[in-house]
Amino acid sequence: MTTLAELNAARDAAAAKMKQTDDGQPITRVVVGLATCGIAAGAKPVLEAFEQAAQAAGLSSVRVYQTGCIGMCQFEPIAEITVPGQEKVTYVNMTAGRAKEVVEKHLAGGQVIEEYTVGAVTK
Amino acid sequence: MAVKPLADTEFYKKQTRLALRNCGVIDPESIEEYFAVDGYQALAKALTQLTPEQVIQIMKDSGLRGRGGGGFPTGLKWSFTAANAADQKYVVCNADEGDPGAFMDRSVLEGDPHAIVEAMAICGYCTGATAGYIYVRAEYPIAVKRLEIAIDAAKKHQLLGKNIFGSGFDFELYIRLGAGAFVCGEETALMTSIEGNRGEPRPRPPYPAVKGLFGKPTTENNVETFANVPQIILHGAEPFAAMGTEKSKGSKVFALGGNINNTGLVEIPMGTRLREIIEEIGGGIPNGRKFKAVQTGGPSGGCIPTEHLDIEIDYDNLSAIGCMIGSGGMIVMDDSKCMVDIARFFLDFTVDESCGKCSPCRIGTKRMLEILDKIIAGNGTLEDVDKLEELAYHVKENSLCGLGQTAPNPVLATLRFFRHEYIAHVTEHKCPAGVCKALLSYNIDPEKCIGCTLCARVCPTGAINGTVKQPHVIDHDKCIKCGACETACKKVHAVYKA
Repeated sequence: MTTLAELNAARDAAAAKMKQTDDGQPITRVVVGLATCGIAAGAKPVLEAFEQAAQAAGLSSVRVYQTGCIGMCQFEPIAEITVPGQEKVTYVNMTAGRAKEVVEKHLAGGQVIEEYTVGAVTK
Repeated sequence: MAVKPLADTEFYKKQTRLALRNCGVIDPESIEEYFAVDGYQALAKALTQLTPEQVIQIMKDSGLRGRGGGGFPTGLKWSFTAANAADQKYVVCNADEGDPGAFMDRSVLEGDPHAIVEAMAICGYCTGATAGYIYVRAEYPIAVKRLEIAIDAAKKHQLLGKNIFGSGFDFELYIRLGAGAFVCGEETALMTSIEGNRGEPRPRPPYPAVKGLFGKPTTENNVETFANVPQIILHGAEPFAAMGTEKSKGSKVFALGGNINNTGLVEIPMGTRLREIIEEIGGGIPNGRKFKAVQTGGPSGGCIPTEHLDIEIDYDNLSAIGCMIGSGGMIVMDDSKCMVDIARFFLDFTVDESCGKCSPCRIGTKRMLEILDKIIAGNGTLEDVDKLEELAYHVKENSLCGLGQTAPNPVLATLRFFRHEYIAHVTEHKCPAGVCKALLSYNIDPEKCIGCTLCARVCPTGAINGTVKQPHVIDHDKCIKCGACETACKKVHAVYKA
């Protein structure tokens, strides 16, 4: 990469890749906070559970990523889900079991599990 | 259905995420995701459209000041290094975050490592440096791993190395691991450590901008300072300078912890009132207790008591009351904390971490700790309190580096705002908060005691006597003040500390 044009092309390609799968489906993005704090609270099994459950449910447009610290220590592990065209949903105090449930009810069924969201545990 | 978004929670509502803009958003191990959020656009802009002088001018205009605690204007610092001609210059990133309870830099490195890589390259371009070192604690293995991945990816995309963006500018980046010495967070000690020597500070002047790493002109900045750079270059100085107070621009990240409902990483515009952080973002003090003070700046900082709860957080307001923003640790304390004990905690830390090179710090802090121990043990006198204060000023004024110069701050700050607690310890031999064990005794209120024997059964030394359904009594000769009886007596609360 030696020019601004190439960098712009890389930016646009990366942004598109975050939005759409190779066959043109809009991506549902799941991120799990995997900084030291999240990992210490048990975020790694949560990330794995999301990946496995999404695959098992045949949700080919779901992409699971790690990310840095989301900021609320006492609610780790935290996972955030962005379904295209909808408000981002923040799930807190996640476990592998809850992750599986979220995939089944929210990602496959379209029903947000409100009691696991940040709004349910905080003002 | 109304699912509350994260951004609408009390915790997030008042925050503005600049330095943390990508933390918790992108995958830190993917350079593509960093590209997608305008990654490396600032570097491209600097190298292809701006002269080094213009970049420095933008940094000066932004008003960004060092986020490691010193608060020195970043643009000015860069201009000093730029002004010194040399065959080799360096950029150093201080990621030796050592304050107890602070994790701002770790979060940035783990969540957005490319921002640091990009910012250091920009700094190299405008100061004339072709190599950079990131000095990061070995205790941060995930941060180190993600930095390594970021540097490798940047190299692969020719964003580090030779002739970046065809501009003729070369820049290489290296990681050096710190072995856990607190003093290595001090800029000259850090550079001595990178050079492969024992981490000890050296006198300034000469300042690093003149004679820094390997004797060459060097710019050293903290992680959070660098994290702010790319967006300032990309969007110009104005949006950043528009935020904050007259002399402290932009936002600051704090690691909020201690006796507070919402703990976490908080980024607020400079000038936010402390009360808003504690009561709104932090959600107040748990367990129905009262706010007593907030400790900022770790072992180098001071404390802010209730009467200054409405202070607008910025560099100058805090230093005006003998406190400092520091690197951003913010520990909230409720009314169950003894301020003499808190001062002792931090001083104990600095005594441990003093490198020993200069005597004011090596011997002075040790003597201060001994006086504090004497006070806490109930053997202190009013003269001891005065002596402690005098010694604190000597250590502050005569130590070689920042560690010693700031080590007395927790003592001085608590003496300033909570002198009455010191006085109570030495004149009445009482610890008002009931923390210092030598100064308190456990007693049973005969009016309240129902003789249930619970306390006697949990007492590890058999110090509690009494028969069933008769008031019990504690034998003070046998009591070790463990507090088990007080915890056990939760029905009638007959056990009390005096």
